[in-house]
Amino acid sequence: MQRRINIWSSIDWLTVTIYLVLVFLGWINIYAAVYNEDHQSILDFSQRYGKQLIWISAALVIAFIVFVIDINFYSYFAYIFYGILIVVLIGVLIFGKEIHGARSWYELGNIRIQPAEFAKIATALALARYLTSYNLQINTVKSYVRIAAIILIPSVLILMQNDTGSALVYFAFIFVLYREGISESIILLGLFVIILFILALVIDTLIIILLSIGVVFIIFWFLNRKIKHTGIAFIVLLFASSAIYGLNEVLNAGLSYYYILLISLGISGLVYIILAISYKIKNVALLLIFLIGSIAFTYSVDYVFNNFLEQHQQKRINVVLGLESDPYGVEYNVNQSKIAIGSGGLTGKGFLRGTQTKFDFVPEQSTDFIFCTIGEEWGFLGTLFVVLLFIFFLYRLIGLAERQRSSFSRIYGYGVVSVFLFHIVINIGMTIGLVPVIGIPLPFFSYGGSSLWAFTILLFIFLRLDASRLELLQ
Amino acid sequence: MDSFANRRHIIRFIIILIGLIFTIKLFILQVVDSSYKLTASSNVLRYVTQFPARGLIYDRNGELLVYNEATYDLMVVPNQLMPFDTTEFCQILNLKKEYVQEAIKRARKFSIYNSSVFLKQVSSRTYANLQEKLYKYPGFYVQARTLRKYPSDIGAHLLGYVGEVNEKIIEKDDYYKSGDYIGISGIEQSYEEYIRGKKGVNVYLVDVHNRIKGTYANGRLDKQAVVGSNIISTIDADLQAYGEKLMKNKIGSIVAIEPSSGEILAIVSTPSYNPELLVGRKRTENYVDLMSDSLKPLFNRALMAQYPPGSTFKVINALIGLQEKVLFPYTKYDCEGAYYAGRLRVGCHFHKTPLNLIESIQMSCNTYYCNVFRSILDNRKYPSIRESFDLWREYVMSFGFGTYLNSDFSNELKGLVPTKQTYDKIYGERGWRSLTLISMAIGQGELGTTPLQMANMTAAIANRGFYYIPHSVKEIEGDHVLDNRFFEKQYTKIDSNYFELAIEGMDLAVNGEAGTGSTARTAQISNITVCGKTGTAENPHGEDHSIFIAFAPKEKPEIAIAVYIENGGFGGTWAAPTAKLMIEEYLNDSISVPWWEEYILNAEINYNNAEKD
Repeated sequence: MQRRINIWSSIDWLTVTIYLVLVFLGWINIYAAVYNEDHQSILDFSQRYGKQLIWISAALVIAFIVFVIDINFYSYFAYIFYGILIVVLIGVLIFGKEIHGARSWYELGNIRIQPAEFAKIATALALARYLTSYNLQINTVKSYVRIAAIILIPSVLILMQNDTGSALVYFAFIFVLYREGISESIILLGLFVIILFILALVIDTLIIILLSIGVVFIIFWFLNRKIKHTGIAFIVLLFASSAIYGLNEVLNAGLSYYYILLISLGISGLVYIILAISYKIKNVALLLIFLIGSIAFTYSVDYVFNNFLEQHQQKRINVVLGLESDPYGVEYNVNQSKIAIGSGGLTGKGFLRGTQTKFDFVPEQSTDFIFCTIGEEWGFLGTLFVVLLFIFFLYRLIGLAERQRSSFSRIYGYGVVSVFLFHIVINIGMTIGLVPVIGIPLPFFSYGGSSLWAFTILLFIFLRLDASRLELLQ
Repeated sequence: MDSFANRRHIIRFIIILIGLIFTIKLFILQVVDSSYKLTASSNVLRYVTQFPARGLIYDRNGELLVYNEATYDLMVVPNQLMPFDTTEFCQILNLKKEYVQEAIKRARKFSIYNSSVFLKQVSSRTYANLQEKLYKYPGFYVQARTLRKYPSDIGAHLLGYVGEVNEKIIEKDDYYKSGDYIGISGIEQSYEEYIRGKKGVNVYLVDVHNRIKGTYANGRLDKQAVVGSNIISTIDADLQAYGEKLMKNKIGSIVAIEPSSGEILAIVSTPSYNPELLVGRKRTENYVDLMSDSLKPLFNRALMAQYPPGSTFKVINALIGLQEKVLFPYTKYDCEGAYYAGRLRVGCHFHKTPLNLIESIQMSCNTYYCNVFRSILDNRKYPSIRESFDLWREYVMSFGFGTYLNSDFSNELKGLVPTKQTYDKIYGERGWRSLTLISMAIGQGELGTTPLQMANMTAAIANRGFYYIPHSVKEIEGDHVLDNRFFEKQYTKIDSNYFELAIEGMDLAVNGEAGTGSTARTAQISNITVCGKTGTAENPHGEDHSIFIAFAPKEKPEIAIAVYIENGGFGGTWAAPTAKLMIEEYLNDSISVPWWEEYILNAEINYNNAEKD
């Protein structure tokens, strides 16, 4: 059943207003970031603020076009868009132009286009389309594999372009999956892996093994709710380790704590399996696999870290974890960025009066580090306003997503939220030293046509779907 | 149907949580924590570049040739300027108000946030006065620099000078920023990369009163400057000074090379200038003066002046003849005071006749070499002169003529050895014969060689067939090694046994009995066997140039030398005694016949009317 509605009256003008405010704030901060007394004209198209003005105008035209297209277009062609973008992403690896070590750009005359920015839209559409397939059971291995493929294929292709930041964005779709009912254990497992990865780099392996054992005991108790079983398991392990420890002392074998623990764990493991079979206790094998898996993972982290990550990526992670000091490189950037933001104080130095963000102090002031300019010139009040505006924007988008009657629209809406959330968290987090330096733009603020257009399309497709929410029933 | 709708609350909660974390972190960063709080009006980071001292330059015996002196540049950061008392400011620095206004305007134009030079090279005394009062002038600070100083005024061309980088260099090389210094000529330029060291940077916190409050972040962002490497030159400072003394009031040059290594012992070009003139604030003014001097003191004749080699070139033609087997030690030619071929006549001077090969070098017979040259070019072995000429040209070039020697001087010229095409253009492909080229038989005509190339040729003769590429630097201190090309033997295309004959002739030219017609007896030294050859380069503009090449001692040569004295006439008159004195100074450290020294020192050769030619 369909009802015809005037889309112009049902468009969510509040979101459109927030969009316009963000784009405007972004532009004046780009102006401030590259401002110098020799180029004062706002319409100087040789300067970045002049060019950004062109990108913004084009973005508004694009938004209009996106809005007048029929809604069914987006769901019908979701897979086709996705397919095209995959081809384009492969193409950029071959024909692309390399800038700052990343082969991510197509060069058409004077214009450079970064397909990775647009691939997010296609992925959000394709994911929404897949998750609304007829009779889909999300928590099956088949679905997991397909979902993983939809998300990871573009991610891996972008990683191959050497654009780690944009590749990581795809992990944000976990929010969509979560909202659409993927099992909590998958989410928890993912979370556990990430925590384990960080811990493996920071603390001693022995402690990690002890912690994992503790976690496994807690899960075991949680699953069976029998204090007796957990207690017995604990005593077995304790007994085994003291026996090995004693033997080690007596025989003077010189085993480290680390081996003692592993050996006793092996012995206890056998005992557990025997007990589990004889008393028909569930989940024991699964938990043991989980434990062995996490120990193996801990070991492999060092290997992966040293062999798969590039040096600058290792450095960025090390600097944030406080393991390494690199005052001239990564830390220098973050330091300068923090000084710029910190020097803004409560009210800031005033528009165009920033000193730190001008010239060479803060790198990439108009792109990835645009937040510094806001912090320096507008102070805490300015950054608070921008952060709150972004939070409100995300909150509003969730509200819009939830009021959809069509699952496709809702899922796409969450895709939009996920992408924006990831960009905002990583970008602002990096400038204030909370997350590693990952080069991704701050939506609507950072200089650059590709990202502005991609974010605009991403948002306006959703607003288009929302405007017609009453036409779609499902 | 939508059984997971409650999960939206979790997602919302996460978003709110993130907003909260960011807000708290920003509040700490911007409001609570004062360590990041460098408000625009109170604290500013100042990046002060640490300029390393340039490396010193020594001579081959460890005598200092160039060192440094401290000086101070007054810097300005326009956006940190506050209104100040200009009168007092001008008094301290001894400046005019207009200069201050101009300089600030200029700095503003360059950048209002980055510092630029306000006043260059303030003396230590002025600096001491200024230092006390600098707090009154926010936006100004002082940066230590060094200037080149010279213990003696020798070797200006060799050492070269240092100047500010220009826009082109800044664009090409990231290392240089506006106001940096760079070696512009000589060793300063060729070895810039080593001499300059590596700039460092200190990051300071500066307060409103323009006072340094300490290093920022405990100096973690500082970078230590690396002092430039010292250079040990191949030059013998005493010999260089002596050469420059001898050449006073003469135009020309001397190049002396150690044949066994290619190391340049002395390289003189006169008129020269005092290297101190091109240092400091007066540099530009002095440079303009030197540029407009009619005697061209900035022009390094040793590398850049091309003259015909004159009769010295007969040695080369003799060697080529021997190698090509068209000339033999016993070959004799008659000379009736000139070489006649049809209507052509090449004059010779009076000497006995006929002469053999050794005698022909000893007496420098023109007729003999016209015959030798023709027998090389008209050799029946080759189908035409086009082939034999090419071959002759290859022999000549193997001595380092007509091509860059690839020394460590960037401004050497390659000289001129004509090609077939040169003659084709003038006479047409079939229009030239050996007679057309006959002036090259005696080193005149289309040939052009630099004094450095002539000294190198002499070294090749002294070595009996090979040379090392001449170079002016012996060692770079630190872990640097000289380019390998300076250690590779460059072979000429002449077998070494033929050289003995030529050297015999050169020996007799200097040491022959009086009355035997030896041309270079003025180069005799009592206890050293000097082998030499005079030359006279035809000069269409005036008096001919006096040339002499020599090496000594004969058996184990330690020095090979080429002397050019412009408008000095016959080579034996001025160039040969000058070379003799140089050799004696180098090998004996004393002059046996002081009369010769006075003779040369007192000579003033066409010096004051050089431009009149």
